[in-house]
Amino acid sequence: MEKELIERKELLKRLCQNSSNGNFGDVMIVGGGISGIQAALDLGTAGFKVYFIEKSPTVGGKMAHLDKTFPTNDCSMCIESPKFVECKRHPNIEMITYAEVEKVRGEKGDFTVTVVKKPRYVDENKCTGCTVCVEYCPAQYPDPFNQGISNNKAIHIYFAQAIPLVTYIDDSCLYLKEGKCQICSSVCKNDAIDFSQTPEYIDIKVGAIIVSPGIEPFDARLIKEYRYGEFVNVVTAFDYERLLCATGPYEGEILRASDKKHPHNIAWIHCVGSRQVIEGANSYCSSVCCTYTQKQVILTKDHDADARCTVFHNDIRSFGKDFERFYQRAENLPGVRFIRSYVSIVREDPVTKNIFIRYSTPEGEVREEEFDMVVLSVGLAPPADVKKFADAFGIELNEHGFCKTNPFNPLETTRPGIFVSGAFLNPMDIPESVFTASGSGSLCGELLSYRRGKLSKERVYPPERDVSQEEPRIGVYVCHCGANIGRIVNVPETVEYAKTLPNVVHAEENLFICSTEAAAMLAKDIKERGLNRVIVAACTPRTHEPLFRDTLREAGINQYYYEMSNVREHCSWVHSKEKEAATEKAKDLIRMSVARAHHLEPLQEFDLPVNKVAVVIGGGIGGMTSALSIANQGHEVHLVEKEKELGGKARNLHYTLEGLDVQRYLSELKNKVYSHPLIHIYTNADIPETTGYVGNFTTKIVSDKGIKEIKHGAAVIAIGADVYKPNEYLYGEDDRVMTHLELEEKISNRDEKVITAKTVVMIQCVGSRNEERNYCSRICCSESIKNALKLKEVNPDMDIYILFRDMRTYGFKEDYYREAADKGVRFIRYELEDKPLVAPGESEDGRHVLKVTATDYILGKKIELDADIIALAAAIIPAEASQEVSKKFKVALGPDGFFQEAHVKLRPVDFAAEGVYLCGIAHYPKLIPETISQAYGAAGRALTLLSNDTVVASGSVCTVDEKMCMGCGACAPACTYNAIELKDTRMGKKASVVPVLCKGCGLCNSKCPTGAIQLKHYTDKEIFSQILAGLYKDTEYASGKTIII
Amino acid sequence: MSSESKFRPKMLGIICNWCCYGGADLCGVSRFQYPTYIRLIRVMCSGRVDMKHILFAFLNGADGIFVGGCHINDCHYNPEGNYDALSMYNFCKKLLEHVGINPKRLRLEWVSAGEGIRFANIMNEFSREIEELGPLGRIEGLDENELKTRLKNIIKLVPYFKLVKMKELAIHNPDEEVYKKLYTSEDIDRLIKEAPSYYIDPKRCQACMTCARRCPASAIISEKNKIHIIDQDKCIRCGTCYDACPPKFGAVTKIVGAPVPPPIPDDQRTIIRKTG
Repeated sequence: MEKELIERKELLKRLCQNSSNGNFGDVMIVGGGISGIQAALDLGTAGFKVYFIEKSPTVGGKMAHLDKTFPTNDCSMCIESPKFVECKRHPNIEMITYAEVEKVRGEKGDFTVTVVKKPRYVDENKCTGCTVCVEYCPAQYPDPFNQGISNNKAIHIYFAQAIPLVTYIDDSCLYLKEGKCQICSSVCKNDAIDFSQTPEYIDIKVGAIIVSPGIEPFDARLIKEYRYGEFVNVVTAFDYERLLCATGPYEGEILRASDKKHPHNIAWIHCVGSRQVIEGANSYCSSVCCTYTQKQVILTKDHDADARCTVFHNDIRSFGKDFERFYQRAENLPGVRFIRSYVSIVREDPVTKNIFIRYSTPEGEVREEEFDMVVLSVGLAPPADVKKFADAFGIELNEHGFCKTNPFNPLETTRPGIFVSGAFLNPMDIPESVFTASGSGSLCGELLSYRRGKLSKERVYPPERDVSQEEPRIGVYVCHCGANIGRIVNVPETVEYAKTLPNVVHAEENLFICSTEAAAMLAKDIKERGLNRVIVAACTPRTHEPLFRDTLREAGINQYYYEMSNVREHCSWVHSKEKEAATEKAKDLIRMSVARAHHLEPLQEFDLPVNKVAVVIGGGIGGMTSALSIANQGHEVHLVEKEKELGGKARNLHYTLEGLDVQRYLSELKNKVYSHPLIHIYTNADIPETTGYVGNFTTKIVSDKGIKEIKHGAAVIAIGADVYKPNEYLYGEDDRVMTHLELEEKISNRDEKVITAKTVVMIQCVGSRNEERNYCSRICCSESIKNALKLKEVNPDMDIYILFRDMRTYGFKEDYYREAADKGVRFIRYELEDKPLVAPGESEDGRHVLKVTATDYILGKKIELDADIIALAAAIIPAEASQEVSKKFKVALGPDGFFQEAHVKLRPVDFAAEGVYLCGIAHYPKLIPETISQAYGAAGRALTLLSNDTVVASGSVCTVDEKMCMGCGACAPACTYNAIELKDTRMGKKASVVPVLCKGCGLCNSKCPTGAIQLKHYTDKEIFSQILAGLYKDTEYASGKTIII
Repeated sequence: MSSESKFRPKMLGIICNWCCYGGADLCGVSRFQYPTYIRLIRVMCSGRVDMKHILFAFLNGADGIFVGGCHINDCHYNPEGNYDALSMYNFCKKLLEHVGINPKRLRLEWVSAGEGIRFANIMNEFSREIEELGPLGRIEGLDENELKTRLKNIIKLVPYFKLVKMKELAIHNPDEEVYKKLYTSEDIDRLIKEAPSYYIDPKRCQACMTCARRCPASAIISEKNKIHIIDQDKCIRCGTCYDACPPKFGAVTKIVGAPVPPPIPDDQRTIIRKTG
């Protein structure tokens, strides 16, 4: 141990000495999709220097190509792109785009990675993203961002929100192909075009690596029968995603390629390239296609309410959180049909280019139907060059070409020190990609904990000058944005106008105010001209406000003295044909900003101290894994379990579908937890009280150890879930009827009755997917397959029937489903309205059996099975303690009673209440490997908080003028953050705001009758002054005058 | 038509940062065009928009006001502020109707950050509507002074509205139809008719300053040994004084449906107390 410590110190010393010549980092993340982005942000924030490599010209990955995300139909780009900016600005993230990894040498803790940067032919440091070159470029080629449906130029920005927001030149460039043109070079005002660029090789030293190369949509051309590429109105779901999107090839119009007309009768075909054991296809289930199809159906109906949508499907696999309701929503839309049938695409009408599909009806007849457009719900496949990729890293792939992982730790690759996240693990949706990223981040943290904070940088700002007593001295900067603003708005005129406005002491124009150079000039102006308010009239504050606020901080004045006029998105771009009117509007917008600037106040962001201790609630696999990962990174953890021993539900599990010995795994995990010096375990424990907020909680624990009060900065909720106790199918009345957990126990105990049973019948969806519990319990199908295979293993002659509604063996579990079918397990589908019946009876050979009657839809008649054992796939239901725990930690429960994460896609292990994290089946039913990944994810997220000494909260919060408060209580209920308290004072009840809990929405402000409560930075005064200056042209209204009523 | 003779409305939009502002940005990115006379103001949440802001804008000559938020259930904030905006908006429409302003001059829409085209469509449609309605007051048949007087009177009642409609203004119901029925014209008329005024009975006031200290609007003219007077221009009719006045004096009276008596002249305000 000591020797290891000395070695590490040596290494660290060496690293720190060499770090001056660059190329030294802690972690390298390869793959810039949403998973890589999350990992980079988590690790950067947790004190590691991150190299972030992406092979395409921008980060964003597949998520950036999607129109919306299920099941909330959030705009995909809108929720993802703020993360791009966050990465770009992060002091600890070094982003290298348009680059690939060629070779990884060394070992964990000390890797040397060779990265090849492809030539962009554009100097990233000079290009401002003004896109003048794009306008002039004569070469058009199919736009990869729009699936090649529309064209783009040879020089272009990959998409509007790209980071870095610079152009690159594609190989369709005339100069690169034929050596002529170079128009771009001549129009670029910044001399950013550089055709002399060649591939650049960079060696980078890091301690750990995360690979997150993601997936590619299955290439539908590989299966000729689908006629993709042949029939022009057959598109893939990825094509369709772009068609739906407002930034897509037809600006959000769904058009057919053949005649550019709206299709009104569209068919989707499921499982294209998935669940198929044929040449070119993949045998696994791609997990996401059922639900993305439903999303596309819903969005199609949004576009065209009269559209007819037909989905040809196999099993509908709505196994994720809220997916079942989403499925029902799609199914219940008028004009939408879900048809369970295999199909074939028969022909194309030579004139109308409509497509004919042949399918079988539930009644068994074969029918042919005509559609305007056919969408192939293509599956997810490993990246095309996955073999080369794996070789570069020296990691192994599994039989499907995805990453091979350690069965005991689903986030470890076969090479120590290289971790994996995202869909390279197995086909998965966005939230899983996000939490596996946080999880891999946590594993890197465990490995490199000793060097945390050594290479990372913290921004240091000069002390702030107090200008609150000074007269406003406003500086106005109007940006040309290349030609984006300047070509429409007469910028010099607006500058002259700004100079006439009250308290404006300086105004000037700039070609690119966002350039590093201009920022330095701005900072100099603030100091030398004594500016105390700065207005930039340029683009949108949503992307650029943080940049300029930062500049104000650099220049030593409060960042809330910054104000922005959006004269690009809200002016020059939307009024491009009315130059004069646009110039007038720009002046108005500047006047409004000047008026507002008069009222701006310096606001302090809060630096809340962070207590470095964590509390983990729940001692199952999730809780223990999380606790260990946090403790391994040097933080004290209090692990609270309500039972008398650790283990949770896993205590009743013996093996997994993949063959993991659960009891062995569990006892090893328990040993690690018990022997860890930083983990304190409380059994038979209860939490009577929790108070506080992010970084500063106080939790009372009553346990075997007595009563203890713990101060902690973070909490992880991992309280698990319960199994539904069935009251149907004679459960509890006949001991031959049991749940799968009970069956598993008996199998592992070699229970005679079970082992020697002639016939076992398994019934799925017991207590799930019904009115009372309108969700799928996700794991039961896999459990049934697991137990069926185990029974076949011990007794190959056993007859096993699985009565199911939809088999939901998603991902690679599909292979086990197939194996079970191959081994003679029989699958019989039933409908919710026609459930199987169970009654005691006698078989033909005189056995006392349980008679199971069901309708066989394939045979079209009733069948009767003689069961010796019946196993029920009982629902997973929320833990009894959920309500209580949710109230104590002020976190929400979803409609089904499981804990509700902060954002279903992008914050899957966070809560809206900061400092509290979530993992395991308390979130939603999930299998052990998924729980382990999510537990590491929760630990990773907790570390982004715990590894910092302080946490920053926005200064734009509400405040109460007590004199004006009449104690009516309108404000407090409006705040579900519980940030407002009503206190009894000598002058009656008065509201007061706990600033650290306030999130700055201002709902209370608009409820307050007297205006006593005000949201800082958006006060009534500020808004009134903008309204007035917006309505009156007189410059005097720019003095910020208001009439307070 | 020459540009001079064409009516160019004055229009403001108050929109939320997370969705509608994003939609307006994307509208720009996509180069969708809309009329130049709309000016946008950014707030963090549509639930921050106060009925005062809207009435105040109309008072100062706005011809149309737009409020934009996230789609229902998409609100960036936990408290789902767009429900609050929806309730406030429906209330405001009824107020405008009461004042005699065409409620079409106020419009609320949900626009996600991905709906640039929807933002443009709404802007174009709304501005066309306002152009057709003409300048504020014209189609309503109200002259400017009359309109301003009416608006001023309504604005003075905003604190009172917020107090009595506290529950309704905070209602959260996923069914947007509910909000349309939440407030009726009769409801508003009655509410305004029943708006109370407060008056200090000079015979009872003991000049104890209790009400004055508690008044959130600093509307009570008071000093020791001088009968207090409520400045009716400043009074927000919250009734705090009514509750605060010690019961043994019972000097503050609530007046509904009748004019408030004039304040007593200053030279009669001094209270002569018996000494000894």
